Amino acid sequence: MLEIKNVSKVFDHGSENKLHALDQVNLTFSEGSFNVIVGGNGSGKSTLLNLIGGNLGCDEGAILWRGKPVHKKKDFQRASFIGRIFQDPAAGTAPDLSLLENFRLAALRSKKKSLKVAIGKKFRRLVKRQLEVLGLGLENQLDKPAGQLSGGQRQAMTLIMATLDPPDILLMDEPTAALDPKSAKLVMALADTIIRENKLLALLVTHQMKEAVDYGDRLIQFHKGRVVRDLNEREKSAYKPLEIMEWFYKS
Amino acid sequence: MFYLTAITLGLALGALCLGIFISLRIFNFPDITADGSYTLGGVITAVGIAAGWSLAEVFLLAVLGGMLAGTATGLIHTRMKLNSLLSGILVMTGLYSINLAILGRSNIALPVDGSNIFNWLVPFQSEVWNEFITLLVVFLLMLTFLSWLLKTDFGLSMRAAGNNSNMARGFGINSDAVKVIGLAIANGFIAISGFLVVQLQGFADINMGVGIVILGLGAVIIGESLMNILNVKSMTIRIAGVVLGSIVFRLIISLVLSMGVDPKWIKLLTALVVLIIVGLPGLIPNVNKRIKLE
Repeated sequence: MLEIKNVSKVFDHGSENKLHALDQVNLTFSEGSFNVIVGGNGSGKSTLLNLIGGNLGCDEGAILWRGKPVHKKKDFQRASFIGRIFQDPAAGTAPDLSLLENFRLAALRSKKKSLKVAIGKKFRRLVKRQLEVLGLGLENQLDKPAGQLSGGQRQAMTLIMATLDPPDILLMDEPTAALDPKSAKLVMALADTIIRENKLLALLVTHQMKEAVDYGDRLIQFHKGRVVRDLNEREKSAYKPLEIMEWFYKS
Repeated sequence: MFYLTAITLGLALGALCLGIFISLRIFNFPDITADGSYTLGGVITAVGIAAGWSLAEVFLLAVLGGMLAGTATGLIHTRMKLNSLLSGILVMTGLYSINLAILGRSNIALPVDGSNIFNWLVPFQSEVWNEFITLLVVFLLMLTFLSWLLKTDFGLSMRAAGNNSNMARGFGINSDAVKVIGLAIANGFIAISGFLVVQLQGFADINMGVGIVILGLGAVIIGESLMNILNVKSMTIRIAGVVLGSIVFRLIISLVLSMGVDPKWIKLLTALVVLIIVGLPGLIPNVNKRIKLE
């Protein structure tokens, strides 16, 4: 269980236009749940992901994972149980490292990076098998620098990388915003499969109404740093897609 | 014979180039500490040999000194958030006094009967050839070490931390710590060059490191350009190319000096050669921008 307890975050402290990015938010996410978060710009949804991921610190409140506070831990310390996918497809891979080298680091998410040369035939076969499923032909480009892949390929690769040493929590901040519709569809379908197969607790922030309607078993709407709607799967299905879409325009 | 001297000096400075390669190419960190850590390696070697220490002790202390210097630069940069150039300049400036304190005066000559790495391997009659062979062996050892290190899981973490620190942190790598360790290793290599050059020349001088970082940068960029032209992909060979760059650089300088140019112009000449190599691609459109310092 991931608990967000009374968490607040203020930007531009003390200035005239100080911004309550998050205002005493309380949320509880159960393990293996797929949660979709929507809301306008500045509603606080990305801030929530950054606070959970650890590249921002809470001003107030606590974040608990399996009952233990984690909000004081550094981002790289939280990496052992949190995986992240960003809007920028370039963010999740090291461009000058080969695909295989990127995958090797991904396989060590929660482990020590020792003085061992571990990329051998066995590891190559393992990565190849994982990539073949994608059908993007990446399995034949294992020694290519990751920076040479297209945005969609890199985002798909980042998702596959998350599965080698699976985290417990997957944070996705508009993962398809920079992709063409076809790649976006592929990436979302892949994300859904990975989340279900690995029983990940997923948080998806999206501006794509269709994604908010199609994916997840819980839909949360943020507005001005507060949760204004929180629907479970049954409640969500009671709304027509068109009604959900209207929220986007109103907020 | 004249060119062989240039080649041996290029090889002796190869360790420096490997160090600059690590800081510049892996961490994108133009590390000015080199001027000080190279001299530090040199003065520790000179004083140690004069005091009658064994070469192993001298070597370890020189490397350790360089690593401490790199650690200082790394900590200033990552903890106090100072810009990379400024961090390096601060440590380099501070090292001048430390080097002077170790050396005791502005230069000392090695005792003729003291230990010297170039007395170990002497298969030839010619002194220069013996030096060349020794340096070649040292270079191959360092190349093997570095290319192995960069292939290990830790080496991958270093490369990822320099390449995309957010991604690295996302997979549990403490990118700041890795950067500090990387700069320590880089300056350890740089100190090895000081260790070698002092024994090659037979003396240490407080100013031996002035402008050496530019020499290293030039060598790295010449080496990378050569490897790009030859379209070399293997990392080991690309790293070796950096040392090739160092040798080519020395040859260019020797060539110019042999044409009768006064040695006092050597620093200006060095700066100009680097400027031409680094700056020229920017003036010509459609040239591979990879070799630019960015």
